[in-house]
Amino acid sequence: MSASEWEILRELDALKEAKATIARKISALEAQLKQIQLQNDAASNAFSSSSYSTNGLTQDMIHRYSRHLMLPSFGVQGQANLLKSSILVVGAGGLGAPALLYFAASGVGRLGIVDHDVVELNNMHRQVIHTEAYVGKPKVKSAAAACRSINSTIQVVEHQEALRTSNALEILSKYDIIVDATDNAPTRYMISDCCVVLGKPLVSGAALGLEGQLTVYNYNGGPCYRCLFPTPPPRTACQSCADGGVLGVVPGIIGCLQALEAIKIAASVGEPLSGRMLLLDALSGRIRIVKIRGRSMQCEACGENSTFTQQKFREFDYENFTETPLCVPPVKLNLLPSESRISSKEYSEIILKKEPHVLVDVRPAHQFKIVSLPKSMNIPLSTLEVRLPEVSSALKKEEENSGAVSGSSAQLYVVCRRGNDSQRAVQYLHKMGFTSARDIVGGIESWAHNVDPKFPTY
Amino acid sequence: MDETYRGGLELLCDSKKIHNVNIEQQNGEDKLTMKDLLSWIRTNLIKERPEMFMKGDTVRPGVLVLVNDCDWELSGQLNTSLEEKDVVVFISTLHGG
Repeated sequence: MSASEWEILRELDALKEAKATIARKISALEAQLKQIQLQNDAASNAFSSSSYSTNGLTQDMIHRYSRHLMLPSFGVQGQANLLKSSILVVGAGGLGAPALLYFAASGVGRLGIVDHDVVELNNMHRQVIHTEAYVGKPKVKSAAAACRSINSTIQVVEHQEALRTSNALEILSKYDIIVDATDNAPTRYMISDCCVVLGKPLVSGAALGLEGQLTVYNYNGGPCYRCLFPTPPPRTACQSCADGGVLGVVPGIIGCLQALEAIKIAASVGEPLSGRMLLLDALSGRIRIVKIRGRSMQCEACGENSTFTQQKFREFDYENFTETPLCVPPVKLNLLPSESRISSKEYSEIILKKEPHVLVDVRPAHQFKIVSLPKSMNIPLSTLEVRLPEVSSALKKEEENSGAVSGSSAQLYVVCRRGNDSQRAVQYLHKMGFTSARDIVGGIESWAHNVDPKFPTY
Repeated sequence: MDETYRGGLELLCDSKKIHNVNIEQQNGEDKLTMKDLLSWIRTNLIKERPEMFMKGDTVRPGVLVLVNDCDWELSGQLNTSLEEKDVVVFISTLHGG
């Protein structure tokens, strides 16, 4: 990028920043003005507002929430309860995004948001609370700004940090209802346990691929997360949205349902989804609500003889318990000796020198379709065993095409997304006699990072 | 009997979510239990990575079993007796969001 481009970009950033500051000042002043006008109106009005029976709702509140007030089963009492309530949403991602929008709109008195992450472009298809202007900025800031722009009369509290055993008790204790909108097993156990020791109801949602799950834990003697899942699943059974993919609207639906359940609890209306679980199968268009077990007397966290205290919570190692790190950097395996591996840079030189070789891409076929390196052949790891003959014939063909020139045999290279499956594949290939097979360290992500920054990543 | 696999478990059975199965009673036993069903599934349905579905003679941690839309904890887990046309659902708990 040229110096003048940098200059312009810097100036643009500065101007945008200034624009945002002015916008903030304008909305703050407008709110202030409205407040003063209201007070003046009230003072100058012969009928002081207290002479009308409004159950504590102001004129503005009555207007804003009128459609709630018109509901016989919700009404003034439901809205008044909601306005007095406080809800904490842990995770401003796919589940948290719609939940937060509805909490702000419906007038939850105090709304807390916990998240340590920044907005990324590949979040935007599902995390509908964030706008493009916030890419690269903290999710908490983005979500809080969106909530405030919907409803400036509620209190929005930003907790821009990861939830840990060291801060969870302090943060969660400030709210009436907790919404679990996180994306990993250790945090889910941690939030549930924390809700148990603090005696808070927990509205829990999860979504992956085209499926979603929803239930309310620790509500009125109902089960907690550990009653249902006393032993954590093996780590290999826990996929993330980044690895498994997710259709944007699916967490959207579950997040909306989480908002519904939390609003019901906050307003004290209806029957919360406790002791029952909602299962969404988006692809086949089926929603099932099933009956689940009640509170387990043997539960480690909430059972009869449980010794789980705040102190024990603070000391509990959730990463060890679930064998999953809380902040999930992709796992980097190291299965091969260094002579069986090459870097993406070294591979780019092999292409430039036109050295005879075959590149096998072992990613699943649907990922190969997203983007692939030139002249690579796709043999997904799960099918490598039966498709070995294809590798042999590709090597042979490559040797025939170039053999006379170079005299040496064609090399075999293996690539995947991040460089783990490629090592597994090379291990297998070595065992099957392809002893010179090597893998590309860091996969196509490394190619995008170190060789060609224009190579799309996903 | 209908069986449904959800939350990724269908991947272990050729990506097929719903299986309609007919199980013969073994050794003249008069009742079929969930224990029998699981061992039948392990032999006849699971195509890969059985450890992703089972641990010992029961399902692995993180799998909810529902018999006719009801948690099997409420009907006796492995001892739940099954009848014709019962619907058994296996769901892997999700963590994503």
